[in-house]
Amino acid sequence: MGKTFVEKVFGLKAGYDVSAGDIVSVEPDWVMSHDNAAAISATFRKTGAAKVRYPERVVIILDHEIPAPKESSATNHREIRSFVAEQGIEHFFDINFGICHQVFVEEGFAMPGKLIVGSDSHTTTYGALGAFSAGIGRSEVAAIWATGELWFQVPDTMQIVLQGRMPDFLSPKDVALNIIGRIRADGADYRAVEFRGDAVAAMSIPDRMVLSNMAAEMGAKNGYIPPDDTTLNYLKGRARSTFEPVFSDPDACFVDVVNFDISVMTPAVARPHTVDNHASIEEAAGIRIDQALIGTCTNGRLEDLRAAARILKGRRVKVRTLVIPASWQVYRAAMKENLLEVFLDAGAVILNPGCGPCLGAHQGVMAPGEVTFSTANRNFKGRMGCREAEIYLGSPMSVAASAVTGEITHPGRFL
Amino acid sequence: MKKAFSGTAWKYGDNINTDVIFPGKYTYQKMTPEEMAQHALEDLDPDFISKVSAGDILVAGKNFGMGSSREQAAVAIKAAGISVIIARSFARIYFRNAINAGMPAIRCPEAVDAIQDGDSVTVDMAAGVISTPRGDFRFPAYPPTVMEILEHNGLIPFIKTKIST
Ligand code: SF4
Repeated sequence: MGKTFVEKVFGLKAGYDVSAGDIVSVEPDWVMSHDNAAAISATFRKTGAAKVRYPERVVIILDHEIPAPKESSATNHREIRSFVAEQGIEHFFDINFGICHQVFVEEGFAMPGKLIVGSDSHTTTYGALGAFSAGIGRSEVAAIWATGELWFQVPDTMQIVLQGRMPDFLSPKDVALNIIGRIRADGADYRAVEFRGDAVAAMSIPDRMVLSNMAAEMGAKNGYIPPDDTTLNYLKGRARSTFEPVFSDPDACFVDVVNFDISVMTPAVARPHTVDNHASIEEAAGIRIDQALIGTCTNGRLEDLRAAARILKGRRVKVRTLVIPASWQVYRAAMKENLLEVFLDAGAVILNPGCGPCLGAHQGVMAPGEVTFSTANRNFKGRMGCREAEIYLGSPMSVAASAVTGEITHPGRFL
Repeated sequence: MKKAFSGTAWKYGDNINTDVIFPGKYTYQKMTPEEMAQHALEDLDPDFISKVSAGDILVAGKNFGMGSSREQAAVAIKAAGISVIIARSFARIYFRNAINAGMPAIRCPEAVDAIQDGDSVTVDMAAGVISTPRGDFRFPAYPPTVMEILEHNGLIPFIKTKIST
């Protein structure tokens, strides 16, 4: 019988044939961390190691609390900067780059066939480029810093097959929310997910990143998309090293195959307080909102800002609206395309690239009883800093349309 | 790690999430494992911490440890005295966190069905056998990589020995 993508990647790394369920010890190509690198460095010291085993494989990107909103975050950042200097870590991105997952991809670290781990659950994002990438715990990152390797259980693989043309008012975010609404938040628990089908092949890299990012919300270990010409074109002049694409064999064993026709999908909303609390936008329409948030590692790319600007152009927002480009590259590109002017004219507040309000660390915190409609990937209770507030999730177009009316609104109304 | 564990089984249901195992409001407070233990399962069973004794065994339904990746959810249970968790299934990250904390997490639905709250249970890690008042149940033994981590009482102590030798 053939092998799945994950069986092959782990087999190549281990140097022998492996199958789903096997436990292997392997050396990842990259290990990513963000502001939590400070806590990780403390654990690293506990291992007794003096030097990071492979400093050239360590990537650290500050994004969670930038610029530092309080003394403790500033101290964290300082610890990271001195650790980076002490250990000679060259792939360090300070506060002027953007959200880790976006920067990691833009900077060419995400490549087909690579084995990538990170101390952040949305590390799954790099699957969009054909890599194996998964979130791991902080101690596990410390262990890799110390020894270069970590144990893994090779997961079973499920396929999510997407067919059909994307309607004008639909976005990959709606597709992801509809998938999660059907298979639920534990629908891919323990498993590798492989996205396939015409609809996936037709997507750009930024669109694919939305699917792989949201794979974390299905419980998946990773969210792989087979690399193709779109991938290779994106990586031209960007890839950090040579790479070898890896594909599942046609006769590999997939534990489950779920099919979706995206041409009949409607925009979707995740209601408080779980991502699988699915509603169609028609069902959610009319819900009053206090704040709109367009950004995060899920939907802060140029394509997302364009989609939002398409609706906001020439209109005014009725509620406080935050726009956060996912990175400086996105910020600059949006400036060149005059998108920033559209947002300012509409009355939106543009924040610096970073995680900002997404995790409730700072910026855009809500008061009790308030409601935010956000393009982020999580709406857990208290996620944005207030346990008595509510978060709805949707696409950039849906959030932009709702910012204009002050209530959840179908984006088709303004297209 | 000992090769076999014997203790009283404390049994809970399906989908026990990390918030009831170790409440989110404590996650950013600096605590010792002993302090964490005081909050173990606090929102599920407030009596847990007073009735559990060292070496006891936690038994649960499916998807134990779903939710956040917080490592404290494994550390707190272990520090409370639990030697082994037997469940119908584990959430992926919890499974890893448990092993990395030096606490075996064993998937064995048959044993979960058989065990009742308060039973005396023995788990033989090397043989891969769970003995209960209602019979013995087998589980696949862990591979050497994982056994080594467990024998060193967790990932970080394991690496510490590896580095110093
Ligand atoms: S934007 Fe939000 S989900 Fe993405 S990495 Fe930052 S905090 Fe996490």
